[in-house]
Amino acid sequence: MTSVAERAQEIVSNYKGKEGVLIHVLQDIQGEFGYLPEEAVRVVSEELGISLAEIYGVASFYSRFYFVPRGKTIVRVCRGTACHVRGSGRVLGKLEEGLGLKSGETSPDLKFTLETVNCVGCCALAPVVVVNEKPQTVLNPDKVIATLKRSGNGGQD
Amino acid sequence: MYEELRAEVARLGLTDVEVDFTGCHGFCEQGGLVVVEPEGIFYTHVGVADAREIVDAHLRQGKPVERLFYRDPVSRQAVPRYHEINFYKKQQRIILRNCGRINPEKIDHYIANGGYQALRKVLLEMTPEQVIEEVKKSGLRGRGGAGFPTGRKWEFGRNVCADKKYVICNADEGDPGAFMDRSVLEADPHAVIEGLIIAGYAIGADEGFVYVRAEYPLAVKRIRVALEQARARGFLGKDILGSGFNFEVQMKEGAGAFVCGEETALIASIESRRGMPRPRPPYPVQSGLEGRPTTINNVKTLASVPVIIERGADWFASIGSEKSKGTTVLALSGNIANSGLVEVPMGTSLSTIIFDIGGGILNRKRLKAVQTGGPSGGCIPARIPHTPVDYETLTMVGSIMGSGGMVVMDEDTCMVEVARYFLSFTQAESCGKCAPCRLGTKQMLEILTRITQGKGREGDIDTLFTLARTVKETSLCGLGQTCPNPVLSTLHYFRDEYEVHIKEKKCPASKWQRLPRRPLRK
Ligand SMILES: Cc1cc2nc3c(=O)[nH]c(=O)nc-3n(C[C@H](O)[C@H](O)[C@H](O)COP(=O)(O)O)c2cc1C
Ligand code: FES
Repeated sequence: MTSVAERAQEIVSNYKGKEGVLIHVLQDIQGEFGYLPEEAVRVVSEELGISLAEIYGVASFYSRFYFVPRGKTIVRVCRGTACHVRGSGRVLGKLEEGLGLKSGETSPDLKFTLETVNCVGCCALAPVVVVNEKPQTVLNPDKVIATLKRSGNGGQD
Repeated sequence: MYEELRAEVARLGLTDVEVDFTGCHGFCEQGGLVVVEPEGIFYTHVGVADAREIVDAHLRQGKPVERLFYRDPVSRQAVPRYHEINFYKKQQRIILRNCGRINPEKIDHYIANGGYQALRKVLLEMTPEQVIEEVKKSGLRGRGGAGFPTGRKWEFGRNVCADKKYVICNADEGDPGAFMDRSVLEADPHAVIEGLIIAGYAIGADEGFVYVRAEYPLAVKRIRVALEQARARGFLGKDILGSGFNFEVQMKEGAGAFVCGEETALIASIESRRGMPRPRPPYPVQSGLEGRPTTINNVKTLASVPVIIERGADWFASIGSEKSKGTTVLALSGNIANSGLVEVPMGTSLSTIIFDIGGGILNRKRLKAVQTGGPSGGCIPARIPHTPVDYETLTMVGSIMGSGGMVVMDEDTCMVEVARYFLSFTQAESCGKCAPCRLGTKQMLEILTRITQGKGREGDIDTLFTLARTVKETSLCGLGQTCPNPVLSTLHYFRDEYEVHIKEKKCPASKWQRLPRRPLRK
């Protein structure tokens, strides 16, 4: 057995015999690997006796489950209302251009993932971009892009 | 900055000073904030370097640092004490009573401020019926959006016979542009937990859940810490405070779906299914989680309960307007000088909130409209600024109270674009189970997009009306039933703007800019 499958096995074993745990298991698996690797999902399916189709159905319903590996730096542009009226559309456009990615995409070298989020609850800081879970106000998108590219990992200035 | 303050205090050996962190003060525009008690001196925009100066000048030499005082946005006068600042002065903080005043990760701070007293009183001196009676008398209504009377909901919950019941705290806060629940959870998690335990006792449930949105990692952490502490002190578990009442609480994290804030979808999500709503009745109080009676309340509803018990229903009922009692917490954001959390008595007028507390519009622009209630709400035009903010009035003017998001829009905002924005949100978040919502939102979005791009056609406005009405009347859940509101309210108040878009192919507000320019700050 590969290490992914083994680790998945360990995670599932914490939940065996309980009901209604699928989302928890998937959250833990994603916490471990950063996304839901197919190998791991197969283990979950066998161990919990839930078909792959059903797992896919549940996971695809929620926006926070991912089926492909994600970038090391995750850049999320807030598209909530407060950010919207303070120009987050422009910020998103600039970042898409600067990173060469469309929203939802990951760069082939797995450095960056760019995505949008509906409000992170920091509306007073609008417009907000969250870099690896750290929200920040964007006054100048070009500067954010420059910092991101320079550090390649955090971009928090 | 916090680290720096600590280090500096330690370095100078100041023993009579305690540095501690608190949750959100609600005045986010001015962060980082430092308050020096007992004088109540309020410093804003404090950076790491400033921290040293505060410690040295103020704490050691007793000379407050004037440079870092808050300045009134209109008069530019320095205001040293926080209770003198307009932003705070005009507020009445009940739900936010502890926010910014206690360390949310220390249960002792909460207890020192009267925390868990209400629970003690409830468990040792009151019957569940008395608790329900008290909550009913207070006039408390759900703060999650619909405003259903909480006491009556609990009474239904109590009267259903079952061997097992659940209570759930709805902390999914999905409305974009709203952050009230997050702030309460991060700044005062024990108040919510205390409210949940009281709800459990009143209804006869022995298990509770807190369902938190995954986008709020800090809130998740604070609840986890608070639950552990409450358990360690015997406020959770078996035979709480020797009363014979048992109660346990688990936290569940959401996985990113707006519709999961709807109660039946939330239950489906806790059961690890796709978070799709189902038709009601049966209501969750009759058949909810695992088919058992389940009472669901919002974060702020629950956080209000301990104060009601402590200070009495009559006191609570004396605040607010005729049918909406108590206070409302609003997340003020958008083109406004003072963004942040605001708590005012129900019935306070929009103009008080925006101009007196909010400090007015940024960059001397004019107010155009206020959006309340998020994607389920509507836009209230500037020409009715004295509108009192409570459940009835907001519904009457075509918006809703919602959970408390309040986004202020200036004259450069294009109202058709606002409607398009909300529709794009609800269209993406529609779960797709019922046809009117799934297809109707898509149709409306197409038309609105077309209009904002200058490709609007004759007759589009009528089609929008018909679609909006159909979706509103025939959708399965609250998402579909309310999502046409932004369209209907902008059509009602700003119909001329739609017409200019369609007939003259231009945007009267922002001159063909799809989005308003970002306002210059300060
Ligand atoms: C689409 C939709 C989203 C909702 N989102 C939330 C939410 O984020 N938070 C919340 O407390 N209630 C939300 N509600 C309302 C809940 O269904 C429910 O009425 C509420 O949690 C009841 O609590 P209350 O009586 O304390 O207000 C939502 C309803 C709908 C239809
Ligand atoms: S709207 Fe962007 S953080 Fe709330």
